[in-house]
Amino acid sequence: MKNEKLNQAYNEYVEARIPKTKPFPSLFNAFWVGGLICLLGQGINDLIIYLFPMMSEQSAWAWTLVALIGIASFLTAVGVYDKIGKFAGGGSIVPITGFSNSITSPALEFKHEGVIYGTCVKMFSIAGPVIVTGIVSSVVVGIVYYIIGLI
Amino acid sequence: MQTIELTNKPKIVGSYSIVGPKEGKGPFGKYFDYVMKNDRLDEKTYEKTECKMLELAITGAFQNAGLLISHINLLLAGDLLNQIISSSYAARAFNMPFLGLFGACSTMAESLAVGAVLINGKNFKNVVCATGSHFSTAERQFRFPLELGNQRVPTSQWTVTASGASVISLNGVGPEITQITFGKVIDLGITDVNNMGAAMAPSAADTMSAHFFETNTKPEDYDLIVTGDLGKLGAEILIDLMEAKGYKLGKNYSDCGHSFYTRNQDTMCGGSGCGASASVLNSYIIKKLKTKQYKKVLFMPTGALMSTTASQQGESIPGVCHAIVLEAGGN
Repeated sequence: MKNEKLNQAYNEYVEARIPKTKPFPSLFNAFWVGGLICLLGQGINDLIIYLFPMMSEQSAWAWTLVALIGIASFLTAVGVYDKIGKFAGGGSIVPITGFSNSITSPALEFKHEGVIYGTCVKMFSIAGPVIVTGIVSSVVVGIVYYIIGLI
Repeated sequence: MQTIELTNKPKIVGSYSIVGPKEGKGPFGKYFDYVMKNDRLDEKTYEKTECKMLELAITGAFQNAGLLISHINLLLAGDLLNQIISSSYAARAFNMPFLGLFGACSTMAESLAVGAVLINGKNFKNVVCATGSHFSTAERQFRFPLELGNQRVPTSQWTVTASGASVISLNGVGPEITQITFGKVIDLGITDVNNMGAAMAPSAADTMSAHFFETNTKPEDYDLIVTGDLGKLGAEILIDLMEAKGYKLGKNYSDCGHSFYTRNQDTMCGGSGCGASASVLNSYIIKKLKTKQYKKVLFMPTGALMSTTASQQGESIPGVCHAIVLEAGGN
């Protein structure tokens, strides 16, 4: 039995009662932790350039990303990254380290269901939509770019 | 009529509760029969742990009643996992007939209700009613991997790692089950799976008002009115809903989930899961009934009957709530 009016009134009532997150502390924590992760990335990049002066800038950035992904993956495995995430929210989700966490955590979680049906299948259950969006939007941008080139 | 009277007064003659380490540190910690040292019980997976917890609770309950496994005629159990695997797999360990029940977090009431009716009808001598939940199995089934660095929303609740079992019988001593109000499925269109309290509160209000009306009682007639896992927000909503129906819930009203953890245990709106009401009933409430500190308790766990598939398809969350009246008995 569905009563649309009653449902709407109840939903509005519940909405008004829901405790809200305080925006200032969450934004502040996200800001400084996110900034710190970016600073770490820059630090790693500078170190690579310092240690390997012959390396191209592009390769140095690629290695920086690999290092950040590796660190985040390790921190996920030892159970630290979820604590950072709980504290910093978007600050540790948005950088590439968050992406790494979103792939490592389901891979770990579902290891008991086997390598193929567990780890491999579930690995992209959270990051998958992000990858799909990235690829689809790059295709769209590519087409637009091509059409603009024709004009 | 949703309410039935149990004239032969089935009794809860044995009870047992087992909880995880975090739950052991909560306000009910000292009342539980067994607090696990870690959340695994030396099992390889959390699903196996949940199953083992149920086995231990069931065994503990009939031992507490002073009975042997051969004395138990029927096992009634359910849990949250798909195809209620924890209960069915736990039932493998016992050589007794088994009925699997699903009432989500209201399973403790559902199993007690079915068990009490069967005992009252003298079809069985002793039945065991059990349920349980585990934080880590519920998280992976309903939410995200444990190690994912996300934040919990303020309305969310923490699935308790706990299991509880009761033995019902006509012979022996223990709190009596005198009335049962079977609940209807109520859905007021809440779709937010992180707000179970709001989804279930209307079903609790419906069953509670039906119970008061049909038994001609008032909230003040009970020493304790306790819902299962509405959490802080759900309990507040229930108080509002009941007030609108003309019943004022006072200090004798409480919610197992809301009071399951201390404030600094960081569980947002409190505990949830089958184990919340099951473990509190089979420890704190039964102990208080046995010492006659409570004479009459209205126990009403609530269940959110949704699945991840239905939620992803945009369905709202139906709730159900059954009410059990427990009396200290004696004189």
